[in-house]
Amino acid sequence: MPRVYLRMPSASLHRVLKLTLTLAVLVASWEALCRLLQIPAFLIPAPSQVALRLYDKHDLFFMHTWITIYETTAGFFLAVAFGIVSAAVIVVTPRLRDVVMPLLLVAQLVPKVAVAPLLLIWFGYGLFPKIIIAFLVAFFPIVVNGASGLASVQPELLDLGSSLQASRWQTFWKFRVPSALPEIFSGMKIAVTLAIIGAIIGEFVGGNRGLGYLIIVANQELDTALAFAAIFLLSVVGIVLYALIEMFERILIPWHAPLEPLTTGGRML
Amino acid sequence: MACPLGAVDDGRTHAVRARAAIEIADLHKTYATADCEIPALDGVSFRIEPGEFVSVLGPSGCGKTTVLRIVAGLTAKTSGSVEVDGVPVTGPQRKIGLVFQVPALMKWRTALGNVLLPAEILGLDRAASRVRAQELLDLVGLSEFASRYPRELSGGMQQRVAIARALAHDPAILLLDEPFSALDMMTRNQLNIELLRIWSERRKTSLLVTHSIPEAIFLSDRIVVLGPRPARILDVVAVSLPRPRDPSVRVSLSFMQMVDRIGRLVGLEYI
Repeated sequence: MPRVYLRMPSASLHRVLKLTLTLAVLVASWEALCRLLQIPAFLIPAPSQVALRLYDKHDLFFMHTWITIYETTAGFFLAVAFGIVSAAVIVVTPRLRDVVMPLLLVAQLVPKVAVAPLLLIWFGYGLFPKIIIAFLVAFFPIVVNGASGLASVQPELLDLGSSLQASRWQTFWKFRVPSALPEIFSGMKIAVTLAIIGAIIGEFVGGNRGLGYLIIVANQELDTALAFAAIFLLSVVGIVLYALIEMFERILIPWHAPLEPLTTGGRML
Repeated sequence: MACPLGAVDDGRTHAVRARAAIEIADLHKTYATADCEIPALDGVSFRIEPGEFVSVLGPSGCGKTTVLRIVAGLTAKTSGSVEVDGVPVTGPQRKIGLVFQVPALMKWRTALGNVLLPAEILGLDRAASRVRAQELLDLVGLSEFASRYPRELSGGMQQRVAIARALAHDPAILLLDEPFSALDMMTRNQLNIELLRIWSERRKTSLLVTHSIPEAIFLSDRIVVLGPRPARILDVVAVSLPRPRDPSVRVSLSFMQMVDRIGRLVGLEYI
């Protein structure tokens, strides 16, 4: 009998309600504790103070958030483009794999945070070095997941292909690429969260724009509410970018049922 | 050809000597590993006539699948000769349709999309292939499931799609590599009946690799019985059951006797 996969709307609504309620309780107790214990705002600001700061300076936040989003997505898309091409090259030419894989691993073991100041020397204080750092940290998971995905074709499918005398091009596009998509998407989900970290590292090291820069300034001025607001926005950016990739995953590969860490919780480690 | 006893070549001898669909002679295969050579096939010879259904039966790991892969041109032989339609096999050939132990469907394509694959690779006419693919889904009893993805189909249904896909480019020969061994007993019996019906309708020369004696008897004209590794032919058994065969033939006395006979041949523990 065919099994039909239907997402129960009431069940997912229930989950969202539970999540919202939990968050509301957490925020409320945070607010209550700050007021009851009279914690100074420069140590831990109450949620209401953070919200007020967000509202007061929304123009500022909008500009800096936009910069960080720009750096993150630019670095991310570069990583996706180069990562998938590299993965394809690695899988299609085994001789190159033996050279490229160890090099990639060594490159991955170099801490990007340590390299960030150098990139500033080379590329200046603009957005470009931030994009490069975001690209560098996001690149690795795409290559690794992409290569393992492209290599994960069922051997019987490859047999079928060679029996039909499929060209290498046909084998690649009809078998390898679709087989790899689920793994490429999980690589992209890891990569996008890393890309944000990369962009922030770049902004920490130098520059005068972006949420990372804002956090540094807030720290220097002991404006903790501002720092909290920036961190809050960073989290929102992360969640939105992640959710966007998951949405594309659902649209592009409906035949693959992804884990749902954002909405189901339980199944993630 | 020399005719002994001065017999006149009246055309009948010619008919008997007609080109076999598959002709295997003294086939040897040795797998070389790092430190030793493992013989898999040790002088296997048999032929399959056009339109015939032949099973290769033997214990697990005896090299049955190797025979099939060599015929398909997917594995190289060590020595001997293999001809398909009178042409020596040197590599993969498009005149062969393959069904594997696992359905091996592309899970990103619907049932119809899977059946369309061979036509796409061969660059056949799209419209005609679609009609044909739909017909084949009809043939395997899945016309209503054309737009379903593999994960929405049961194991038996997935294997039916695989059979339809194997027939999609109208190959002369169908090679089936233990296609039902991953299925439960009831589904397997049901698919045996389906395969018999499909073969009766299309009459493709078929080579089935199996370790199920009843399955081999029910489907085949002849059964090539292989011994344990390295495989040699123990016997080639002609199945005397008349066609068309009804599923009920499987509980008949002659069927049981044949199961018993082949069971003794391969060793009774395989029944």
